[in-house]
Amino acid sequence: MSSGLSIRDVSFAYGSRPALTSVSLDVAPGAFCALLGPNGAGKSTLFALLTRLITTPAGQIEIAGHDLRAGPRKALARIGVVFQQPTLDLDLSVRQNLRYFAALQGLSGKQASARIDAALDRLSMRDRDREKIRALNGGHRRRTEIARALIHDPAVLLLDEPTVGLDAASRSAITAHIHDLAAEKALTILWATHLTDEVRPSDRLAILHRGRLIEDGIASDIAGAASLSDRFLTLTEAA
Amino acid sequence: MPAGGQRGQAGGCRGAKGDTQAHAAAMIASLLAIIAREALRFIHQRERFLAALVRPLVWLLVFAAGFRAALGLSIIPPYQTYITYETYIVPGLCGMILLFNGMQSSLSLVYDREMGSMRLLLTSPQPRWWLLFSKLIGSTTISILQVYAFLAIAALFGIDMPAWGYVTVLPALLVAGLMLGALGLLLSSFIKQLENFAGVMNFVIFPMFFLSSALYPLWKMAESSELLHDICAANPFTHAVELIRFALYTELNLPALGWTLLATAIFTAAALWGYDPARGAMRRKT
Repeated sequence: MSSGLSIRDVSFAYGSRPALTSVSLDVAPGAFCALLGPNGAGKSTLFALLTRLITTPAGQIEIAGHDLRAGPRKALARIGVVFQQPTLDLDLSVRQNLRYFAALQGLSGKQASARIDAALDRLSMRDRDREKIRALNGGHRRRTEIARALIHDPAVLLLDEPTVGLDAASRSAITAHIHDLAAEKALTILWATHLTDEVRPSDRLAILHRGRLIEDGIASDIAGAASLSDRFLTLTEAA
Repeated sequence: MPAGGQRGQAGGCRGAKGDTQAHAAAMIASLLAIIAREALRFIHQRERFLAALVRPLVWLLVFAAGFRAALGLSIIPPYQTYITYETYIVPGLCGMILLFNGMQSSLSLVYDREMGSMRLLLTSPQPRWWLLFSKLIGSTTISILQVYAFLAIAALFGIDMPAWGYVTVLPALLVAGLMLGALGLLLSSFIKQLENFAGVMNFVIFPMFFLSSALYPLWKMAESSELLHDICAANPFTHAVELIRFALYTELNLPALGWTLLATAIFTAAALWGYDPARGAMRRKT
């Protein structure tokens, strides 16, 4: 595939403790895929591998057609990431944080400013760009991180439980926004979560449990007659 | 368009030369941003600046004044004449600022790792060695500014150096700062948690500082113990201090430069090993 995300037969262990076992997952260009798994299922490990924070000799990862092992710089340049942990400098303003990130991506000057403005507009954060992160609430901080992840116009957006710690309104706003992004910008999105209510029935859904992919399909098909929440509980209790 | 160069298909018919230029521009942009971030964080932490300045000044104006009478110093290079004890320990205190800052940046790296901003840095498409090197340059730049602030205050108290010494000391400070910064980087890759940092203070900073020529010349140490003298002579911090001492008197201490560069290379290589994505710091379960 020339774009999108391809994970083939990826395994990883922390010492002798396996965290991922032969995980394979393809997300087509411009598609949204929810990665659902209980805590400790291996979602964050998979994200660390996708962002090359760690590497493994077992398996292959391709991002927008670039092999992560053979061409890590090209692959990383095509990824936008929102980590589970907040990664903003609290004492810097929204714009300073975004400018720092833009430069890490190799963007500077007017080009960076224009991209930052566009990303802030998209998340309705433009009028807050001079505020310090410390002064923002959790929802706005998350929005800033999503805006930041889009500055360099990535092909693939990875979100690792981006709604953790947010109130219900912020959670649903961010969930809706990310779904819109997939549709509008033809972004390939992998959204890790342990909350079934963030997955829409029409979403592509992969379920990770104890380091293995136990389901991969359309959410409503996987749920069947039951609610997704019940089905998820059954699957993760039984497997 | 720096990022465009990494984008392959977006780059159209750009040649290999254009790609190289774009990569170089992207690397420079990231270096400048990392230095700017270090500077901004430093400005926001005024207490840190004051602490960094007060510590050596206390040594200089209190400790050295008290020991002045107790310690007799003979004429040793680079000094041409008898000097006061205050004058003797100025290079050691410059080294102390660099040492504490190196450890401070190590602490902030561990903090960054725990807080997540290290992830942001390491997932940038720039080469990892370059990102870590940029961090080193950033923290060393801040350290050097503090050393100059300290030297300026020392001069106000009459403890001054030859005028050109303030210029020739700059490269020495850079090399010494990079060496101690690299040591901090190395330690940060092996320290698992923030709580373990107190151990670094006890087992790295104090032995490095006291087992060096910062406070007393090595021949003085030899009078007390040959073993301690040998340990001091092997301590890379001793060589960093001597490099600074000679540079402050516009002289180059070639062996000290050689040892300091060697230590820098070893610490940097070990730190890069520690931050290799196939092993080390980011591999631990968080």
